[in-house]
Amino acid sequence: MPSATQPLASTLRRASRAMVDRWLFRLDRPEPSPIVLHQRRIYVLPTNAGLGLAVALLAMLIASINYSLSLGFGLTFLIAGIGIASIIHAFRNLFGLSVSAGRCEPAFCGESARFVFHVTNSRRWRRPALRLRLHGGETAFDLAAADVTNVELASPATHRGWLAAGRMTLETTWPLGLIRAWSVFIPDLACIVYPQPERAPPPLPLGAAEGGNGRRLANTGDEDFHGLRPYRDSDSPRHVAWKALARGAPLLTKQYAGHRGEDVVLDWHTLPATLGDEQRLSRLTAWLLAAERAGHRYALKLPSARIDAGQGEHQLHRCLRALALYRASDTPPAGTKRDAR
Amino acid sequence: MRAERMRHDTHAGGAIGSLTPPSLTLQQGLWLLAAAGVTLAPHASYLPWWIIAACASLLGWRAWLLWQRRLPPHRVLLLLLTLACGVAVRQEYGHFFGKDPGVALLALLLCLKLLEIRRSRDVRAAVLLCFFLQMAVFFEDQSPLIALAALSGTWLAVVTLLALADANAAHRAQMRTGALLLAQGLPFMLMLFLLFPRVQGPLWGLPADATSARSGLSDTMSPGSISDLSVSPDIAFRVEFSGSPPEPSARYWRGPVFTRFDGRTWRAERPIEASTPFYTPSGRRFDYRITLEPHDQRWLLALDFPGAGAGAVRGDGAGAGPIRFTNFAQALLPRPLQSRSRFELSAWPGTATGLQETAATLTAALALPDGFNPRSRELARQLAAGAGSDAVILDRVVSYLSESRLTYTLKPPLLGRDAVDEFLFETRRGFCEHFASAFTVLLRGAGVPARVVAGYQGGEVNPIDGNLVVRQSDAHAWAEVWLGGRGWVRVDPTALAAPQRIEAGLAAALPEGEALPLMMRQDLGWLRNLRHRWEALANAWDQRVLGYNPERQREFLASLGFGKVDWPQLVALMSGVGLILIGGLMAWASWQRRLQDPLERSWLVFCKRLARAGHPRAPWEGPQDYGRRLALALPRQADELLRITASYARLRYGAGANRADIRALNRQIRNFELQ
Repeated sequence: MPSATQPLASTLRRASRAMVDRWLFRLDRPEPSPIVLHQRRIYVLPTNAGLGLAVALLAMLIASINYSLSLGFGLTFLIAGIGIASIIHAFRNLFGLSVSAGRCEPAFCGESARFVFHVTNSRRWRRPALRLRLHGGETAFDLAAADVTNVELASPATHRGWLAAGRMTLETTWPLGLIRAWSVFIPDLACIVYPQPERAPPPLPLGAAEGGNGRRLANTGDEDFHGLRPYRDSDSPRHVAWKALARGAPLLTKQYAGHRGEDVVLDWHTLPATLGDEQRLSRLTAWLLAAERAGHRYALKLPSARIDAGQGEHQLHRCLRALALYRASDTPPAGTKRDAR
Repeated sequence: MRAERMRHDTHAGGAIGSLTPPSLTLQQGLWLLAAAGVTLAPHASYLPWWIIAACASLLGWRAWLLWQRRLPPHRVLLLLLTLACGVAVRQEYGHFFGKDPGVALLALLLCLKLLEIRRSRDVRAAVLLCFFLQMAVFFEDQSPLIALAALSGTWLAVVTLLALADANAAHRAQMRTGALLLAQGLPFMLMLFLLFPRVQGPLWGLPADATSARSGLSDTMSPGSISDLSVSPDIAFRVEFSGSPPEPSARYWRGPVFTRFDGRTWRAERPIEASTPFYTPSGRRFDYRITLEPHDQRWLLALDFPGAGAGAVRGDGAGAGPIRFTNFAQALLPRPLQSRSRFELSAWPGTATGLQETAATLTAALALPDGFNPRSRELARQLAAGAGSDAVILDRVVSYLSESRLTYTLKPPLLGRDAVDEFLFETRRGFCEHFASAFTVLLRGAGVPARVVAGYQGGEVNPIDGNLVVRQSDAHAWAEVWLGGRGWVRVDPTALAAPQRIEAGLAAALPEGEALPLMMRQDLGWLRNLRHRWEALANAWDQRVLGYNPERQREFLASLGFGKVDWPQLVALMSGVGLILIGGLMAWASWQRRLQDPLERSWLVFCKRLARAGHPRAPWEGPQDYGRRLALALPRQADELLRITASYARLRYGAGANRADIRALNRQIRNFELQ
C-alpha cells in the first residue's frame, strides 16, 4: 500500500470501528462499576480455526454425499453439533461475569499506566481461559467457581493529564478455540499521568527561596548523633540501635541532629524564556523528584496555581498532579467521576 | 457468593499463557496421541504393513519426546522424512490420485504433523487430519464397531482441543467437558442426520477405485473360481420374507448365466433385456425384501423366478431404477451395484421358463469348442446313442454321474487343459463348478441344449431376527437343460454327489475330515449363536442407519405426517428443530441453581436493597467492614445496620448457628426499611 493512502485507510478503519461501537455495541460513555455481562452484551463469532473447521466439514459433507457414506453424514453432523454446542459454552463462559474498575496508580508520561480490574464470578462453575484486553495489551486468567480476581493491564501513557482506560474487551475462545465470545465496555476508570521528568535537568535552584538558609532541627537530619528514643514501626532499620539491643536493651531508635534540607521554590516564571510549556513541566517534574529525594522542603509556583512549601509523599503527588493537569481538563475525561487521589 | 472467602490474586499484565505455548504440554500431547492412535487403529486392517509400521514408530517417537520433554526434531529432518514417505507411497500405489494412496498419505501426514507441532495451530491441523481419517475409515467399513471407534476418536479430539484452550484444568474436568460437548452435539447430529435433505450420490463420477475389489461372483467361471469364494464368510445379501420362506431346495438365487464355453472357462453372453419377464409367472408366489451388498455387477440375485407383480419390484440406493428382465430369466439392475441397496421383489419358483425359446439361444446352448475334452464328448455320444428323447439322455447322464462316485470337496486338485476329462475320469474330486461344467458339457455333447447358471443356493435363517442370511460361501453353480414342452429345467449335478449341499448347506455336504472355515464348524454352537446375535444387530444397523437414503427419508417424513416435502420446507423444518435445540442449550447455559441456603438468600436480599439505595457492597468487603461503612453513610440507622451485619457474620462464620437465629435474622432483614 502506498504510504499516502495509509492515513486515509486507518482513519476509515477508526471511523468504522467507532460506528460499530456506537450502533452495534452501544458503547458511548464509561459505565459505572460493576459491569455485569448479561445476555445482550455478549457477542459470538467463529475464529479462524472455526472457519477452517467449517470448510473441512463442508468437504466431509460433499464426500459423504458423493460416496453415500451414512456414517460420514453422521460424523460430519456430530462435529457440527459439537461446534454449535461450543458456541453456547463460550457464551456461558462469559455470561454473568462482572467487571469492576479497581485502582490505577499515577504514572509518568512515557511509562505504562497499570489499571487494575476486579473480575467477579458469582456462578458455581469455573471460568477458564478468559482474556482481558486493553489497547492491544492483554492479560489471560482463569476464574475459579465463585471467585474474584484482580486483573492488571498495562497501557502506554503517552500524554500527561488524564488517561482513561477506554474501550476494553473481555473475551474467551474456550472451549474448543472455534468460537470467540466477547464483550466490549468502557469502564469508569482513569489514571493521572505526570509529565515526563527531564533526563538531565540543571541543578535545583537552591538558595532562591525567601527564608533561605538551613536551620538546625532535631529529629530528622542525618549527620550527628543526638540521642535514643523508643522504636516505632515506621523507623528505618538503619537507625535501630542494634548494639543497645545486643546488650539487652529494648528496641531503640537512634536520633540525629543535622542540616534539614533547604526550602526550594520551583517557579514556572523563573525558568528560561526559551523553554516551551512541556519542557518547563518536564524540568519542574524532574526538580520536584530531586527535591523530594534530597529531603528539601519545596513549593511550586505555576501561572495557574501555587502550592505552599511542604515535603513528603503527599506534597510530591499534589505538585505532580498540578503539573499533570496544567492547562488540561481538571476533571477526568468523558464523565469519568473517578478521582485518582 | 461469599466474598469473604474469595481468593484474591492478581494477574500481572502480559505473559501468563496469553498466547500459544512454545510446545505441547504433557497433558495436551497425551490427548493428541490418544486421538491419533484411536483414529489410525481401524486403518491398520487394510493399509500396507509398512505404513502401519511407519505410523506406529512415528507415534512412538513422539510419545518418547513428550515423555523426555524434548523439543520436536529439526524441520529439515521432518521435511526429508515427509519426502521419503511421499516417495514410498508413490512406489506402493504407482500414483498419488485416488482414495487408497490418499488415505495412506493422510495417515503418514498425521503422524509427521504430531512430530512437527510447535504452535496451537499445528494441534488444530492435526485434529482436522484426525477427523478426515475417521471419515476415510468409512470407505472400508461402516460397522457399529467402527462407528464406536469414530465416536471415541471424536471425543478424544474434542478433549485435545479443550486441553489446548485451557491447560490448567484437571484431566477429569477435561474429559467431563468433552463428554458434555459430545452429548450436547448428539441431538444436533440426530436432527441433521434425519432431516438434512438427502440427495442420491454420486454428485459426479466416482473415482475408479471408489469401490475396492469386492468378493462375489464374476461374469466368468473356470475351475476353482467358486470354491475360492466358498471360504469367505462375508454376507452376500440378506432376505426378509413377508411370509414363510420357500424350502431350502427351492432357494436358488440367480446370478450370471453362462452359455459360451472355450474348453476351460465359461462366459456369459450378452442377454436380451426387456421391461417385463420373458415368461408368465405361475404357481405359488413369495414376496420378499432383499438387501444386497455391493458387488459391482448388474445382476440382482433374485430368487428364481422373478416377476413384475403390481408394484412388487421396488428398489432404492445407488442401483435404483427400473429393473430389467433378460431372456436368461435374470433380473438386472440398470447400473452395477455400488452401494448396499434394498429391493422389494416377488418370486414364483414354480414358473416354467423358455417354453418358446429362440433358435439362436438353443443353438448357442449346444456349442462346444473343438479339440477339447475328447473323452467326455465320446462318452456323451455313447450316452445319446439310441435314446428316444432328450429326457432319456438327461436321465442317462444323471445316472452316469450318480454312479461314477465323484467326491464333493472344497479343495479340488488343479486341472490341466482338458479340465472336464480330467475331472470325470482321473481326479474325480470337484466343487460345484466342476459338476455343473461337466454335466453341461456331457449334455451338449449328446445334443441336448444346456447351460450353466451361477448364483447362490440356500442361506441360513438367523433365529434372532428371522432374516435369511446368504453368504459368499453359499455361492453355487448349477445347470439348466432345455426340454421340449417343459422349457428350461433346473438340474443340480452337485446334488448327485452330495445331496446334503442343497438341503443343509456346504458344511454338511463336505466329507468328514475336510478343514472348514471356523464359523462353519457344527460343533461350535455357541460361537454361531454369538454370530447370529451380532449379525442381527449389524442388520438392524445396516437397514436403519447405513440404509438411510433419500427414499427412506421420504418414508420417515411421511410417517411424521409430512406428505410431500420439498427442499425449502425441509430446511425450514431443520431450522425450526435446530432453534429449539439451541434454545434448550441457552436455557441450560443461563440456568442458575437457586441458592439453597436461606441465610445466603436473605443476605443477598439485604445487599441488593442497599445497593439500590446507592451503597453497594464491594466484592472484597466482608460483612463487618460493610456494616461499619454503612453505619457511617447512614448514621440514623447505624445501630440496626450494624446489628444485621454482625449477626450475619456470626451466623455465617461463628459456631452453632441454629435455625431460630437464622429465622430471626430473616425477619430483621425483611422488616428493615431504609429511611
